[in-house]
Amino acid sequence: MPKGIKTDKNGRLKSRPQMNDTNLLLTITIAAFFLMYIGAIVFLGGSFTKPQNFMNILNNNASLIVLASGMSIVMITGGIDISVGQLTCLVCMCSAVFLEKYNGNIFEVVLISLGIGLAYGLVQGFLVAYLEIQPFIVSLAGLFFAKGMTTIVSKEPVRVTNEGFLAVKNARVNVPGLGSYNKLGNYVPAYVEPGVIIALVTVIILYCVLRWTKLGRNFYAVGGNSQSANMLGINVKRTKFIAHVLCSLMAGLGGLLYFLHVGSGDVANAAGDEMNAIASSIIGGTLLTGGVGNLIGTLFGVLGLNTIKRIVAALGFDQAWWTNITVAAMICIFLLIQSIVLARKNKK
Amino acid sequence: MMKTKSEGGFFKKMVRHQLFIPLLALLLLVLFNLIMDPSFFAVTIKENSLGNGVLTGNIISVLDNASELVILSIGMTLVTAASGGQDISVGAAMAIAGSVMLRMACGGQTTADILQSPLILCFLVCVLVSMCFGAFNGALVAYFKIQPMVATLILFTAGRSIAAWINKNELPIMNDLRFKYAGTFLPGVPIPTSIFITILVIVIFVLLLKFTTLGLFTQAVGINSGSSRLNGINPQFIKFLSYVILGVCVAFAGYIRVARSGSINYSRIAENIEMDAILAVALGGNALAGGKFNLTGSVIGAYVIQFLTTTLYKYHVPSTALPAYKAVVVILLVVLSSPYIREKMSKLKNPLVKKEKKEVS
Repeated sequence: MPKGIKTDKNGRLKSRPQMNDTNLLLTITIAAFFLMYIGAIVFLGGSFTKPQNFMNILNNNASLIVLASGMSIVMITGGIDISVGQLTCLVCMCSAVFLEKYNGNIFEVVLISLGIGLAYGLVQGFLVAYLEIQPFIVSLAGLFFAKGMTTIVSKEPVRVTNEGFLAVKNARVNVPGLGSYNKLGNYVPAYVEPGVIIALVTVIILYCVLRWTKLGRNFYAVGGNSQSANMLGINVKRTKFIAHVLCSLMAGLGGLLYFLHVGSGDVANAAGDEMNAIASSIIGGTLLTGGVGNLIGTLFGVLGLNTIKRIVAALGFDQAWWTNITVAAMICIFLLIQSIVLARKNKK
Repeated sequence: MMKTKSEGGFFKKMVRHQLFIPLLALLLLVLFNLIMDPSFFAVTIKENSLGNGVLTGNIISVLDNASELVILSIGMTLVTAASGGQDISVGAAMAIAGSVMLRMACGGQTTADILQSPLILCFLVCVLVSMCFGAFNGALVAYFKIQPMVATLILFTAGRSIAAWINKNELPIMNDLRFKYAGTFLPGVPIPTSIFITILVIVIFVLLLKFTTLGLFTQAVGINSGSSRLNGINPQFIKFLSYVILGVCVAFAGYIRVARSGSINYSRIAENIEMDAILAVALGGNALAGGKFNLTGSVIGAYVIQFLTTTLYKYHVPSTALPAYKAVVVILLVVLSSPYIREKMSKLKNPLVKKEKKEVS
């Protein structure tokens, strides 16, 4: 008899095979993404039939994928970090100014980006974990600080003309086996930017960490119930600290990827990305209360969120506010599904 | 000996008191300004463009500009206490409230020189619409049991777009002076009207909390919604109600904000005010996880934030760099008010008290 099927004394089936909640939410997210995308291909056609369209979603959102992964980790431990969007902006600006005005090279930019992220994470993590200040307030201050610092570093947009950097920025990786024929009948292979590969590798590494290491399981335990985690001998404070450091580090990396994609520093960079990251995590099945979440879900959350934006644009609602209303409706639907799933769980 | 004992107790009590941090912050700001430049507190009467003598000065501008924030932080305190979460959509909801108000007043025209419909009717519709959006948030939080920050993320995302839809992508302008009274001055009154509105709202809430069970029920639900249900309170309704009340506060704040200039830029109006309102609640010493609350703390917190902003402006900090300085002050304040540091601070005095005791005895 398959695992999960329970029978009563007479051997009758008691209930259907059970699916655990995380998997159910994950399945819903992935199914919704594929339904939307296939629906777009069938009903809208056009650019959606080209593989490059999908690759562009990845190209445009490499940084958001990394940000949302970091956000998911913090949310799994029961915290939140709303500073990541502005931190991305700060990292972009610092990198751009460093490359342009101080003639830096790309390796130093990588160090600077990750360094800013790490410094942010250490401070925020310390305040949240060891001084027990509410994460919302700490990261709110972080948001304000990054916002102010960005304009102090430079008010004007900085365009980068460094050759070494532009070579990396314009690098393309062709995806084998995928491509389309253009109007002239020439075969154009689909490409991704190097940032996408970095982002996907990061997600996979973090997924493995969450799934198979002691640290990863600690994240879930602390988020589920920090008191019982404490009694099990888990160092709750250190786990929370590490989660915040990881999240800010991911924001630093996300800033680097964003910078690689746009190639300039601007005060308006990555505006509102903290909310996009939170929305992606939620669509991916992560709960703000902690203890539940999956990075693969988050990845599909990002893809789903941006697919619907593209569909709205393709439908011809060119006014920007339609996109926001649709995205809000989508978050609303996913929240209601989650709420129903949780209500079912509580009834059992 | 009794005296020293009570002094030690007093210090401990003072440090532990909820209003210690917001009052300390306010005191420090006042002292800073007194030392740096006593003329900061000067209040003079100047003639404004209409020929009315009005009070001007930094203190008046703090009181005036903090109005929206104070009103919002009152509503936010109730929401925080009842639902253990915050409403991050108040800025977007203010854009909607302001748009409704302005569109009603303009009667659908882009520019109007006189009011097209009675002001009180406009305001009532504005309150009603805001209450509806509050009810939407409240229903998601209370009946669908979605975490408040996530539930309000929906309106946060869609709010300004809805405001754009209400305005049909136009930026209406209202030139009637009567419309602007709430954000500027009443004829013949030298004090900004918004200060009166703020006082009115505060008085209403004080009376509400004093003569109804709202405050008690809110705290009961926030501390333990399960046991409050067993005691015959309907926790879902209390949570729902707190969001509707915040909706009313949003309507007041939205009206004051559009009345200041008689126009609205819905994509930027009241940007980040939700963050400031939550900050005011936290600075007031209220737990963001819900439960007990103190309205006085939130109100003082809101004034501290505005005081800080005005002080920084006075020292020519550019408005774009302002958040960085604000963040440093906020971090200092929350570190001071963190449980760990407070514990250390209240212990700090103990050895001294013991020494004094020995000397006296």
